[in-house]
Amino acid sequence: MTPDQLDSVFSALADPTRRAILARLTEGDANVAELAAPFSVSQPAISRHLKVLEQAGLISRHRRATARLSHLEADPLREATDWLAKYQAYWDESYERLDELVARLKSIHPQPARPTTDR
Amino acid sequence: MATTQIDVPEGLPYVDITREINAPRDLVHRAYTDPELLAQWLGPRNLTMTVEKWDVRDGGAWRYVQHEADGTAWGFHGVFHGPQTPDQMIQTFEFEGWPGKVSFSELRLEEKDGRTLAKTHVVFMSIEDRDGMVGSGMATGVNEGYERLDELVARLVPTPA
Repeated sequence: MTPDQLDSVFSALADPTRRAILARLTEGDANVAELAAPFSVSQPAISRHLKVLEQAGLISRHRRATARLSHLEADPLREATDWLAKYQAYWDESYERLDELVARLKSIHPQPARPTTDR
Repeated sequence: MATTQIDVPEGLPYVDITREINAPRDLVHRAYTDPELLAQWLGPRNLTMTVEKWDVRDGGAWRYVQHEADGTAWGFHGVFHGPQTPDQMIQTFEFEGWPGKVSFSELRLEEKDGRTLAKTHVVFMSIEDRDGMVGSGMATGVNEGYERLDELVARLVPTPA
């Protein structure tokens, strides 16, 4: 996945309505009216959200009879989340190692030395 | 288990990293300022850390390199600003793989009941630089509730068999 593709996935995910649409699509394909139903926004507004999701590769759209259905594409989402987890993972792991280090240091020096001027 | 809180505010080139450590702050300060101790915790376990220079004083320089098993090396360097006390440690930070993109970080250690809250405030040159370093998705995920996104993703993305 290129940085541009990641950008479009992340900006697509930045909107709560679009995340809710993706969550709904985990239950199965749906048309615009079905996707709009839970929201107080118009169908054209939902269509614009779908366009953003489609351009990010997060959904695909296909026709069944007269209905135009949206379908969830999970792969870009997996790649995006793998990638964004790295910064969090870097600090999670560093601080876990710091926990272990300070535990070792505390067992070596149970009474941390204080500067004598404090007394 | 303590969790590392990473906040990525929308519209500002900052990242705030907060973590509680079960140790008095003098000990945590040592872990940050002693290069031998620093090498034992900073960075992922699968990288070997070499602290080349860690001159903790006003105007002192620092550089460390994190090596992967295959020989790939990631270098970082910067300069300390100010007296580097537990109340305030300020340094500049540059990833050598991304030259010219310098960030500034301030670490504050706050002790309460023998435990220490380590608060790191990072300022980037632009929001674009911040997003480039931490991932623009952090702005989405962390700001609006990283856990919520995790839950959503867990539902959306079946674990590969």
